[in-house]
Amino acid sequence: MNSREITTQISKAADFLNLKKWDYGASFSNDYSVQVDKGEAKQLKASQKQILTIRVWNQSNLVGITTTSDISESGIKKALKQANIASDFGNKNETTEFSPLAKDPIKVKEVKKRNPVGIKKLLTLLRGAEVKLIESHESIKSVPYNGLSESFFERIYANSEGAFRSYSKSQAALYLYARALEKNKKPRSSGSVKLGYGADDIDIESCIKEASNKTISHLNYSSIKTDKYLICFSPESFLTIINAFSSMFNARSIIDGVSLSNKNSIGEQLSTEALNIYDDGLHEKNISSSPFDGEGTPTKRLCLINRGRIENFIHSESTARIFKTTPTGHAGLGSKVSVSPDWMVVEKSEEKFDLKTSLDHSTYEGEFVYIEELNAIHAGVRASQGSFSLPFDGWLYKNGKKISIESATVAGDIKYLLKNIVNIESSQEVTTSGISPHIWVDELSITGDA
Amino acid sequence: MLSSQIKSNEIVFGSCNKDLLEEIIFYGIGLGADFVEIFIENTDNSSVLAEEDFITSVSPSFGRGAGIRIFKGEKDGFVSTNDLTKHGLMRSVSQAIEMLDITDNKIEVFNGLNKHRDYSLPKKKWINEVPSIHEISEKLLVSTKSLKKNNKIITRKGSYSRNLQEVIIASSDGTYVSDIRLHQTVGLNVIASDAQYRSSGSRRFGSSGMPNEFRLWDHEKAANDVYESSMNMLYADYVDAGQMPVVLANKFGGVIFHEACGHLLETTQIERGTTPFENKLNEKIAHESVTAIDEGISEGSFGSLSVDDEGMEPEKSVLIKDGILKKFISDRAGELRTGHKRTGSGRRQNYSFAAASRMRNTYIAKGEHSKEDLINSISEGLYCKSMGGGSVGATGQFNFAVEEGYLIKNGKLTSPVKGATLIGEAKEVMPKISMCGNDLELAPGFCGSISGSVNVTVGQPHIKVDSITVGGR
Repeated sequence: MNSREITTQISKAADFLNLKKWDYGASFSNDYSVQVDKGEAKQLKASQKQILTIRVWNQSNLVGITTTSDISESGIKKALKQANIASDFGNKNETTEFSPLAKDPIKVKEVKKRNPVGIKKLLTLLRGAEVKLIESHESIKSVPYNGLSESFFERIYANSEGAFRSYSKSQAALYLYARALEKNKKPRSSGSVKLGYGADDIDIESCIKEASNKTISHLNYSSIKTDKYLICFSPESFLTIINAFSSMFNARSIIDGVSLSNKNSIGEQLSTEALNIYDDGLHEKNISSSPFDGEGTPTKRLCLINRGRIENFIHSESTARIFKTTPTGHAGLGSKVSVSPDWMVVEKSEEKFDLKTSLDHSTYEGEFVYIEELNAIHAGVRASQGSFSLPFDGWLYKNGKKISIESATVAGDIKYLLKNIVNIESSQEVTTSGISPHIWVDELSITGDA
Repeated sequence: MLSSQIKSNEIVFGSCNKDLLEEIIFYGIGLGADFVEIFIENTDNSSVLAEEDFITSVSPSFGRGAGIRIFKGEKDGFVSTNDLTKHGLMRSVSQAIEMLDITDNKIEVFNGLNKHRDYSLPKKKWINEVPSIHEISEKLLVSTKSLKKNNKIITRKGSYSRNLQEVIIASSDGTYVSDIRLHQTVGLNVIASDAQYRSSGSRRFGSSGMPNEFRLWDHEKAANDVYESSMNMLYADYVDAGQMPVVLANKFGGVIFHEACGHLLETTQIERGTTPFENKLNEKIAHESVTAIDEGISEGSFGSLSVDDEGMEPEKSVLIKDGILKKFISDRAGELRTGHKRTGSGRRQNYSFAAASRMRNTYIAKGEHSKEDLINSISEGLYCKSMGGGSVGATGQFNFAVEEGYLIKNGKLTSPVKGATLIGEAKEVMPKISMCGNDLELAPGFCGSISGSVNVTVGQPHIKVDSITVGGR
C-alpha cells in the first residue's frame, strides 16, 4: 500500500468502526549495511521495515493508540480496534488534539534524491577505508567497530480533518573506530562518524584521517590528578552535554516535574550574555532533518537561549495549549506525546561581552583539560537533578605538552557549568548532532587515577 | 517434490509451517548457501504508565516479521522483512545470497527439518492469564498512591510493560522449534525535592514466563523501598573522589560484573579482538573467591528462556570457577568464527537483528561472608547500595553511577553520599574482588548490544572490591 492508500484504508475502517476522529504516523524504510573484519566481509544486512501508529478519539474525546508493523487491511482494522479499546484509558487530565499547524505549509529542503549504491559498493568502500586506516599508523592494529550503511525512507502524517504530509529521504552513515596497541601499553581506541545523504556523499577520507589522528593522539597517555581544572569542551562534547540537559527547555519535562526549569523560567539568566542556543532542525547542515514532527507540525528554527537567558521552550500540541502558545514542531507521536529537540546550534552572540578571548584551544599555552568526547551519557547524567559525572576522552595541556588522559571523569552541575562559561570561541564546527564553537568553562572537577 | 506438498503460501502462527520453511531453506541451500536460518516472530505488547494519581499512557502494539540469515564460510548475510509470504521470504533469501556474492557450485546437504520441538504448547494460555489493562491500571495507581508519603515527593511514576513473543526457528541443520516468551516488568520512580535539594529513586522488577507475577508483586514493599532511597539521598553531600575500597550490594550491584566482565566473555568480543581474556582460558583472571555463572534456566528469571533464538536449549555456563576462566558465551557465529561451543546464548531483540552471543542470567556465586563482615573489614570506603546504569568503553574501561551510596568509616555505615561513579577496568578489578557475601540475589534489566536490547538478569551477593577509583566532586 502507498501512503494515499493507507489513508483511504484507515478512513474506511474508521468509518466502519464509527470512529470520527483519528490520525496516524507511518514510516517505511529500506536499510543496507556492511561490516568488515581485516578485509573480509563480516556481516551484510538488509532490512525492510514498516511501522504504523494510529490514534483515535472516542466519543468522550479521549485518545487511544496502537502501533503495528502489519500494514495489511486486516492489520489496520486490528490496530484501529485496539486503539479504540485503549481510548477507554485515555488521559482525562490532559487532552490531546490535532496540531493547529498540521495543515500549514512545510519547508522541505531541496536535496537531490540518492539511489542505493548497493551492498557490493558499500563493501568495497568500507574494505578500502579499513585498509587505509590500518595502514595510516603502525600502532593501529584493527578497526573493531566499523560500518557503512545507507537508508531510504518515507514518513507520513495524516488525520481525519484532511491533513496529509509525506516526505522521503535518504541517509548514509560511516563509522570507523580503530584500536591501537603499543608494547607495554594499554590498548587505545578512538574513531569518527560521518553522515551524508548517500554513500557517495560521505567524506570517507576525512573519516579515516580523523579516526587515525584521534587514535594516534591517545597513544601517549597518562593518569590525571583528581582536582578542579579549566576545561575546554570540543563542539561535539558541549553539544552532548547540552542535549543531555535539554529537559531545561522541554515543556513536557517541565509539566512532568523532571526539568530544572519551571513554567516561569522564561527569561531566567542561565549563562553569560555571550551565549545563544537555537534548535534548528531544518539547518542546511542537518542531514537528518525532517520538515514536520510526529503531530504534523512544521519544523522550524527556535531560539532557546538568547544572550544567556531562556527564550523559548519546545512544545507539542498539548504542552503548547497548556502554556498558551503554539506547537514548535518537536512532538513524537505516542500515547503520551513526547517532546525532544532536533538539532542544536550554539553560537556567540554578536555583542561584545566580558569573555577571556585569549582562551583559544589552538593557541592557549596555559594548563587546561580538553574534553574531546563525553561517554556513558545514559548512566552519568541526572537531568532532573542537574548533576553529571561522565567519563571522557581528552587531553591535559600542560607546560606546552599535550598528553592523553587515561580513564577519568568530569563531574559537576549543568547550571554551574553554564554560569562558569569563560569563553566562547568564534569559529563554529559542524558535528553530527549540531553546530557549536569550542566552549571554555572554569573550575570543573576531574577524577583521575593519579 | 516438496513444492507439491505446500499447504500455505504464507507463514501462519499456530499451524504447521514445515513444508513452506523447508522449501525456503532448500531454495537457499540450492543457491549455494552453507547454512540457512529463518527466524519468524509475532508480537503482542502492551505498556501502561501511571503518573501521580492518573493513567497517562496505554500503548498496545503488535507486529510480525522474519529475519533470514545465510552463512557462506565465516561470512553471513542477514535480511529482515515484514513480508511473511512465500514470495517475500524467498526474495529475502535471494537478497542475502546476492549480498554474499555466492558464486561457487558447492551445494550443502539439507535433509529436511527435524521433528517439530514445540515449546509453546503449555504457554498458549498465557495471553489469557496475564492481567488486563484495567487490572494493571488499578494496581499501578495504588502503587503510585503508596509513594505519596510526604510533600517532598514531587513526582511519582509507575510503569508496566508486557511483551508476548511467539517465534518459529528453522534452519538447514534440521532445527525446527516454536516457542512463546512472556516478559513482564514493572517499575516505580520518584523525585524528591526540598528547597535546593533534589533526589530520585527507582526500582524495577521483572519476570519471564510467569503470567501471574504482576498480581503477586508486593507494591507496598517496593514503594517503601523507593521512597526510603529517595529520602536518604535528598540531603546527601557529594562524595569526595579518590581510590578506596567499596562494598557493592547484591541484586543490581551485579550490573558491574555484567558490563565490565560479562561482555568481554562473549564470543563477539573475541571476533573483534577487543577482549583482554581471549587467550586466558583456564588461567586465573579473578580473585579465587570469584565464581561467575551465566545461565538461561532459572525459573521465572528475566533472562531465562526455553530455547535461544537459534533453536538451542540454554545451558548453565560456569564462566569463572574460583578465579579461573572456564568458558565463553557463544552463539552459532561465535562457534564458527572462534571455535567456542555454543552455549544456548544466541539472542536478539527481534526479527530485525541477527542473533549474537549474549548474556542471560549472569551472576557471581555466593560466598561465605555476611554483609556485615564485608563492611566491618573496611576502615574508610564506600558502600554502594543501589547502582545506576553504566557503560564499558572500546578498550574495556567501565564507568558506573552509584544511585545510593554511603560512606564506610571504621567498619560502619555512616552518611549518605551522592554523585559517586565507579571507574576501572575489568582486568584490573576482577582480582580485587576479595570477599563475596552469602546473600546472592538477582535483579532484572535490559542489555543493549550488537543484537539489540534483550532481557537479562544480573546478580551477585554483596562483594568487596579492595580498591577502585571513585569519581565525585
